[in-house]
Amino acid sequence: MRIALTVNGERQEIDVEPRLLLVHLLRDHLGRTGTHIGCDTSNCGACTILLDGDAVKSCTLLAVQADGCAITTIEGLASGSQMHPVQEAFWDNHGLQCGFCTPGMIMAAVALLDRTPRPSEEEIKRGLEGNLCRCTGYVNIIRSVQAAAEALDRSGSVPAA
Amino acid sequence: MTPAPFDYAAPTSLKEALRLLDNRSADPKILAGGHSLLPLMKLRLAAPGVLVDLRRVPDLRGIQAGDGRLVIGAMTRYVDLEGSPLLHEHAPILAQAAGLVGDAQVRNRGTIGGAIAHADPAGDMPAVICCLDASLHLASPRGERTVPATEFFRDIFETALSEDEILTHISLPIPSTPPAQHYVKFRRRMCDWAIVGASVSVTCDDERITACRVFLTNVGPIPTRATAVESALEGRNPTAETISQAARGAGADLSPSSELNGSADYKRHLAGVTCSRALQDALGIGRA
Repeated sequence: MRIALTVNGERQEIDVEPRLLLVHLLRDHLGRTGTHIGCDTSNCGACTILLDGDAVKSCTLLAVQADGCAITTIEGLASGSQMHPVQEAFWDNHGLQCGFCTPGMIMAAVALLDRTPRPSEEEIKRGLEGNLCRCTGYVNIIRSVQAAAEALDRSGSVPAA
Repeated sequence: MTPAPFDYAAPTSLKEALRLLDNRSADPKILAGGHSLLPLMKLRLAAPGVLVDLRRVPDLRGIQAGDGRLVIGAMTRYVDLEGSPLLHEHAPILAQAAGLVGDAQVRNRGTIGGAIAHADPAGDMPAVICCLDASLHLASPRGERTVPATEFFRDIFETALSEDEILTHISLPIPSTPPAQHYVKFRRRMCDWAIVGASVSVTCDDERITACRVFLTNVGPIPTRATAVESALEGRNPTAETISQAARGAGADLSPSSELNGSADYKRHLAGVTCSRALQDALGIGRA
């Protein structure tokens, strides 16, 4: 079945089997391997992307369900060599250890800050409850999101996604 | 994990969706948010022949008020329930319970109609809509009918929906006085399913509890009405003592099944605990 969608601002038209998962479309067909597959059961959040601006788990969506939609993956956040403020904040605050959960964490954080620009610690925890870090680096992840919120607030800018 | 092969259709009208669903030889299945169905298909526990995705069918999304009722489209997502001013005003328990489902990503996709049609005994929506005395509006090629939520759930994953029917809307009476409501979901970790949950809706006059509805999650195959708790509350003054007396009786008549997360005895105990906490929070009476 032929579907058309926008991935990181680029229009894509592609023939897919209806059973193809969105995460496999992104990784295997479109080469966007920044989106990770962790649990494959919608628990861990490593595959989190933005679908029409909402954080979703791409292992639990069919590619055909994204027909006509706009997708942002971790690769779509930076502009050239300029990292997105949330990426920058994760770097500055050591918000990652092994890095496997990081793309999903960052996408969930971008969606959270889009909806709640100055989140409390509780709101950050709640916003990231669908993302697991097996290094248990949560303290620095929360710190990173707080720093990103402050940076975005200072710059008065809206997250790119 | 990849599902078994299937065909996919995204009809743009309810009529077309019903026609696709009526073609029984194609083994069709309705797709809403997909957050219960797709995991089952990935595990090959479900292998429908054709998925009929309702996402392009108009008028199945959103919440409206009219004629003394709230009407909620079956494709309305948890995130939309959570933020709905109409629900916060007239049925706050539904907005609150929706915020306790899964995680942010799940709430961005999962729908109230999907959860109700799926009828998972551990799901939050079934008990909450029973507590709200909701009606479910079903459409089929034969016409439309309305079923009270309390008669909709039949057994584990079994409902009053016929094979050719689609749940299109959920409607709720708008109460004349704002009821005190709360849902307590007991679980060990965030994102988990309820081990036991309690939904309460209480109406009081100046002194007494004049009406109340209490429904429990995951203590039986379908939402379980805690009639002993209701009758112990009606006509009484809403005090901490009344609540703890009433909630004590919640587990007595239950025969929940034991599961990994809790034995039958533990669930009976939790029924009392969750009822008590839900009543305290609904009525604003401090927890002991």
